[in-house]
Amino acid sequence: MPAPAAANPASSKVQLCDVGLRYFGLEGETEALRGVSLSVAPGEFIAIIGPSGCGKSTLLSLISGIVMPTEGAVLIDGKTVTGPSRKVGYMLQQDYLFEWRTILENTLLGAEIQGVPLAKAREHATQLLTRYGLGQFLNHLPRQLSGGMRQRVALARTLCTEPDIVLLDEPFSALDSQTRLALADEITEILRREEKTVILVTHDIGEAVSMAERVIVMSRRPGQVKSNHAIRFTSAEGRRLAPLAARNAPEFNGYFSTLWQELDVHVER
Amino acid sequence: MSNADAVQVAVISPQYRQWLRRERTSRVTVRAVQFAILAVILALWEVLPREQIINPLFTSYPSAIWPTFLQMLKATPQQASILSHTFSTVLATVVGFTAAMILGTAIAAALWWWNGLYRVLDPYLVVANAMPKTAFVPIFYIWLGATLSIYGMSLAISLFITVLMIYSGFQGIDPNKIKLAQTFGATKLQILTKVVLPGSVPTFIAALKVNAGLSLVGVVVGEFQSANVGLGYLIQYGSQIFKMNIVMTAVTILAIVSSLMYLAISWLESVIMRRR
Repeated sequence: MPAPAAANPASSKVQLCDVGLRYFGLEGETEALRGVSLSVAPGEFIAIIGPSGCGKSTLLSLISGIVMPTEGAVLIDGKTVTGPSRKVGYMLQQDYLFEWRTILENTLLGAEIQGVPLAKAREHATQLLTRYGLGQFLNHLPRQLSGGMRQRVALARTLCTEPDIVLLDEPFSALDSQTRLALADEITEILRREEKTVILVTHDIGEAVSMAERVIVMSRRPGQVKSNHAIRFTSAEGRRLAPLAARNAPEFNGYFSTLWQELDVHVER
Repeated sequence: MSNADAVQVAVISPQYRQWLRRERTSRVTVRAVQFAILAVILALWEVLPREQIINPLFTSYPSAIWPTFLQMLKATPQQASILSHTFSTVLATVVGFTAAMILGTAIAAALWWWNGLYRVLDPYLVVANAMPKTAFVPIFYIWLGATLSIYGMSLAISLFITVLMIYSGFQGIDPNKIKLAQTFGATKLQILTKVVLPGSVPTFIAALKVNAGLSLVGVVVGEFQSANVGLGYLIQYGSQIFKMNIVMTAVTILAIVSSLMYLAISWLESVIMRRR
């Protein structure tokens, strides 16, 4: 079952080469990640799962360039990451919409920061929000929206700057379970259609299996890559199943229990 | 979540009508008790000295305040009009707390920008804030002269608490909002202007409320020492010549001025918060 990491480094969109990260505090040094190597192909959708505190969110901070590795290097399109890149969009665990900005103004945050011409960005943002069913809410304030709507605004905010790579850090964890399933379907569909390279971090095995083409399991701190699983559903006839449909596919349970066991070994200790 | 889910019932049910009535009754009751308390205080203040239970020389009467005020409206060769006294005090207060807000925000932003600066200055700020600023009234008088010392006191009394309040407001901004801005490649200046400052508006309003009162205190004690104009001066002057009518009139105007400032800030707050 384990699949090799995308073989040719030259063709990979995101690459981590033997990355290690340590935090320093007065109480001592904490090793968050050790020797993590990983390669993601353009347009690939991968998921990273692992026990809490294994450094999977830290991995995303490294790829987004807001944290620098202590050892090793992170490469995007073959170039070493030295800071936040416009190619990367990062969706955090909660929407973190600014309560003093309207929905449209929130969506434009990235464009404003990056100094993109605002008229064009506003048009793009309006388009995205309309496509996500938020057309009537452009001038509403975040508090007037439901949790699922807010997270869709967060997606629009992430995609408004047109990144090639989208990092999702447990993007549904703050939502109730129905909204969660529906939104996972919706967002997966959007990201696949736009052919984004996606790295999803989650602790939810079902979410990982249903959304991603490949699941990477990480070990407990210091986080290391433990295993790598390609997810294939035969019933898809060459196409990829929508996450909700994937949950009903015959292979789903097999993948689920394999990954469950992979994680379980570490939970027991 | 809130607005989208709530279903408004078209017809008012009897239970809802009853609930509305009870709400209204309790609102009216609170207002009535508030006025009753004021009325009792004024009545006691009027009656007790008249009945010679307390010495009227010490307290004057509420009924004496309006006539005194009218009398003091006219400027005499010895005394400016009470309006110019009031104006002088209000002006110094507004200048004082505006300066405290601007300077305080600037200092807080500098402390936020250079964490090392905060770590170095922290104990000094805490001590400066705890210090009884009124002890400096005579010193300010010597250093700054009659007029400037009043402005100086008004600023000094509200500056340090402003810095501490606003800085802690900056610290209270959700770090994830800052992280979000960083993922878009925000510079430190952009984080300050797009996240930290707009996110601290509630803190600014809280600081404004504290400062309006404090600045007024600063101005009045400053005027005790050094002024020949202002409500603080009138209080000092009136008590020296034992004319409690003047003292109490000035105190009443102070109460009105602080209420008006409070109302103005509440209005500002409601205008700003409507957008949130």
